[in-house]
Amino acid sequence: MIPTDTSNPAYFHKVVDCQWACPAHTPVPDYIRLIAQGRYADAYLLNRKSNVFPGILGRVCDRPCEPACRRGRVEDDPVAICRLKRVASDHRGDVSDRLPKKPAKTNGKRIALVGAGPASFTVANDLAPMGYECTIFEKLDEPGGLMRSNIPAFRLPEQVLSEELDAILDMGVQLKLGTPITSMKSLLNKGYDAVFVGSGAPKGKNLDLPGRYDTDRIHIGIDWLESVAFEHTKDIGEKVLIIGVGNTAMDCCRTSLRLGAKSVKVMARKPRAFFKASDWELEDAEEENVEIVVNHSPKSFVTKDGKLTGMVFETMEYELDEKGRISSQKVTGEVTIDCDDVILAIGQENAFPWIEDDAGIRFDEWHVPLVDETTFQSTRAGVFFGGDAAFGPKNIIWAVEHGHQAAISIHKYCQGKMLTGRLPDELELHPTKMGMFEWSYSNSFDASSRREMRHVELVKRFEKLDIEVELGFSPEQIATEVERCLNCDIQTVFNAPLCEECDACIDICPVECLSIVENSSEDELRKVLNAPAASEGQDLFASDELPLTGRIMIKDENICLHCGLCAERCPTAAWDMQEGEIRIHHAAEQDMESPA
Amino acid sequence: MTSFVKPRIRRKNQPVNELGLTRADYEGAMSTLCAGCGHDSVTASMARAFFRLSIEPHRAVKVSGIGCSSKTTAYFLRESHGNNTVHGRMPSVATGAAAANSSLTYIGVSGDGDSLSIGLGQFVHAMRRNVNMLYVLENNGVYGLTKGQFSASADIGSLAKKGAPNEQPPIDPVSLALSVGATFVARGFSGDREQLVPLIEAGLKHKGFGLIDVISPCVSFNDHKGSTKSYAHTYKYYHKSVHADFVPPSKDIKVKYDEGEMMPVELHDGGVIRLRKLERGFDPRDRAAATMALAKAQQNKEILTGLIHIDESHPDMHELNRMEERPLNEIPYAELNPGAAKLAELQKNFR
Ligand SMILES: Cc1cc2nc3c(=O)[nH]c(=O)nc-3n(C[C@H](O)[C@H](O)[C@H](O)COP(=O)(O)OP(=O)(O)OC[C@H]3O[C@@H](n4cnc5c(N)ncnc54)[C@H](O)[C@@H]3O)c2cc1C
Ligand SMILES: Cc1ncc(C[n+]2csc(CCOP(=O)(O)OP(=O)(O)O)c2C)c(N)n1
Ligand code: SF4
Ligand code: SF4
Ligand code: SF4
Ligand SMILES: [Mg+2]
Repeated sequence: MIPTDTSNPAYFHKVVDCQWACPAHTPVPDYIRLIAQGRYADAYLLNRKSNVFPGILGRVCDRPCEPACRRGRVEDDPVAICRLKRVASDHRGDVSDRLPKKPAKTNGKRIALVGAGPASFTVANDLAPMGYECTIFEKLDEPGGLMRSNIPAFRLPEQVLSEELDAILDMGVQLKLGTPITSMKSLLNKGYDAVFVGSGAPKGKNLDLPGRYDTDRIHIGIDWLESVAFEHTKDIGEKVLIIGVGNTAMDCCRTSLRLGAKSVKVMARKPRAFFKASDWELEDAEEENVEIVVNHSPKSFVTKDGKLTGMVFETMEYELDEKGRISSQKVTGEVTIDCDDVILAIGQENAFPWIEDDAGIRFDEWHVPLVDETTFQSTRAGVFFGGDAAFGPKNIIWAVEHGHQAAISIHKYCQGKMLTGRLPDELELHPTKMGMFEWSYSNSFDASSRREMRHVELVKRFEKLDIEVELGFSPEQIATEVERCLNCDIQTVFNAPLCEECDACIDICPVECLSIVENSSEDELRKVLNAPAASEGQDLFASDELPLTGRIMIKDENICLHCGLCAERCPTAAWDMQEGEIRIHHAAEQDMESPA
Repeated sequence: MTSFVKPRIRRKNQPVNELGLTRADYEGAMSTLCAGCGHDSVTASMARAFFRLSIEPHRAVKVSGIGCSSKTTAYFLRESHGNNTVHGRMPSVATGAAAANSSLTYIGVSGDGDSLSIGLGQFVHAMRRNVNMLYVLENNGVYGLTKGQFSASADIGSLAKKGAPNEQPPIDPVSLALSVGATFVARGFSGDREQLVPLIEAGLKHKGFGLIDVISPCVSFNDHKGSTKSYAHTYKYYHKSVHADFVPPSKDIKVKYDEGEMMPVELHDGGVIRLRKLERGFDPRDRAAATMALAKAQQNKEILTGLIHIDESHPDMHELNRMEERPLNEIPYAELNPGAAKLAELQKNFR
């Protein structure tokens, strides 16, 4: 192997599994340490810098960080990263004087943002404090996008959402509610310096089966949730079937229960391994006695005298290959299941009826706009897309990251600079050694298991539509959960010329991830390591040649606990633990001197 | 919390041995030796060898004397029997224990001070008697625990930390062992685990006394320039003669050996030590040849390592003295202690 170049910021960044997996690269272990010190406001602000909505995301984030968390590889359960984010938000106190401010004067550049979802709000958050005049146009009478219209209040309380949106509006952002944009061309004619499209993927998929139009009790999931959120729909029948098993289905079934449904079944075509919903959403629904029925493929709707009475399903049987993929399927029979209402929750699509064919914005065959993955610019200069509008439905944290990137592009565009001339990430290393057996971070491995979120009692939570189910962590839970984090950003930094090959680090390492070996190819090396490990997405670190024998130090980054024992036992400080801060530059930092 | 204690964690896909135990199950308390001490590395090699041989920890006995090296019995096999004896007296405790129960695996850990000064007499006699044990002598050229005085293994001209040279000739444990008829004599280096672990395995499986002299640098008092027991000096001058691999009885006993370069030595329990010659014309089964090779290496200022001599033909102490096969604690009391009358009868024979 050639020696690893740890000066490339991506190397140590990747070691921090959670931060690397987070679309907005939230510095997770850093904010967990702040929480451990009781510095909740600091933890909140550190979060806010990358993910903008810590209170919202601390409740409903899709959490790509958690399946990535190293703790899940070392043992079983990842750190409750998302819950800790909520802790920072719950206990932050008043941080208003520490948030970015409305600037004394604007820079005269006007930006139009279509749709008041998280994507547009992030663009405004980044640009308004820099002096840009941002105007958000929203079709509905409330801001927030799907976070308001679709994510139910029992998961995301109205007040939490409003607080974080208001903080951005207070930066001098104009919000025009009840103002649908109906023509891109006329918007472009209004003389804005740039346009950002954050209008989401607003079209719920339909299921055109026999009987579909014989009744008004078949609802499109996202439209139905919106009409519940804005209190147009206040009740539902006793027996409800939800078609589809993604996250929208989970919100539909739990909302139905709160509107008075007695029996709710979520109907899935495939076995459980193929569900799109996150595990925790499935668990929460099942806790509320929602029945999840697998291997039922919808066939037709049954109506009697214009009234929906049931639905016909084909029962399915699947054969799986050794990789767990479906290799064949067959229909084994047919059943009719009674119901009063059906909610279709089988996906969303992009729709831009308001963008004219000759507006200079090109779309692909699935009506998804052609958007550059780095700059988020469309085929028309000065028009940018982000969030669900850019590449189809994703989630809030992706919308935020798109917003950050689009804001950089808009800033460059308005300055007449190259959109691709973006500042690269930087790495800063800080020492953590405080003395003998003492580090500035909590290096000891805490064997506690993941703390469970406490929920409002089942009998109480259905009383109203907006009773938040999750209660947040107790002080004891916070104290335990913060110690579970392994501090993956406290990097093991190796200085080969100092090593005298005493093996002390190798012997102390509790997970046997170090080896001193004769150099050879990575495949060969992976076989001879102390604890041979197949690659699970993490790299092998290979040092320069060691001075005494010319062998090399290999570290398998996959399961390192960042416990610092190697550095503690090293007589020459060839291993050292250093905090690696990944500096990611948003729009406001783009005009800094580029790093040397 | 900051901590320097090695945590025990059950991680996924940990390798296990035939008993289903992990390597961590063969470790012990946290070492209190200086960071970087060679002894810690030898400890890890011993733990590794016991793991690989799938020896049940409670069927092993660790004995040692006094010194940093002797402290290390606490740092591996936390679930074994053990005794830290007084300075230099480990061989007699080991001899007694082996006499009382020959069914356990004995490992002695000592230092150059413990073995070659105060304990020299005991050390030599244990070899003569061919006590069935492996004796690991962690050799750093100094009394580490008492802060670095020269030991009897220090080479002439080797400099102390403050610059004073050693002027007395060294005792070489390997030459000494050959001269008193030891049946398994090897030298290793704490920094070469690939060589050391198989040597320890072979030594544990050898029936009779096994000595491994392990160069094991003292980072605090004897790792400076001018020392002949430093990491840098040892890495530079050490020379591998014969590599030994231990093959357990169950596995590929009928392996075909290449003529010449591969030398099989069959052990009492049916296992085999496979010797791989790294040096032409040197056969460790030949005591005279081994003695000569050693003298030559000394002349060239090379540190000869590997399995230097092995002799499986010699009976061990138990066999030689026709001692009781059964562990004494398994013999019914009446048989073990036939009473005063029987003793008197026996004593009549000696009048
Ligand atoms: C039921 C459901 C539950 C979800 N749960 C989660 C969750 O728990 N966690 C998570 O991370 N993600 C979740 N998502 C996905 C997440 O809500 C979206 O990915 C995210 O809101 C996308 O943000 P956005 O800014 O791109 O667009 P949106 O949030 O969709 O906002 C777009 C806004 O644009 C407005 N608009 C559209 N067209 C026009 C126009 N022509 N003129 C003016 N305004 C217009 C819309 O009214 C809307 O307010 C969920 C989605 C659904 C449907
Ligand atoms: C009877 C007695 N005499 C002297 C000592 C002091 N003493 C303790 S350790 C030691 C020498 C240890 O040297 P060595 O065996 O080489 O061990 P190392 O610390 O170098 O590993 C001495 C002389 C003692 N403990 N007991
Ligand atoms: S242990 Fe902590 S730093 Fe490491 S991946 Fe998990 S949350 Fe991130
Ligand atoms: S920090 Fe060092 S000792 Fe700890 S797990 Fe990582 S490599 Fe091993
Ligand atoms: S503990 Fe330090 S000197 Fe010893 S092998 Fe490890 S890195 Fe090298
Ligand atoms: Mg010594």
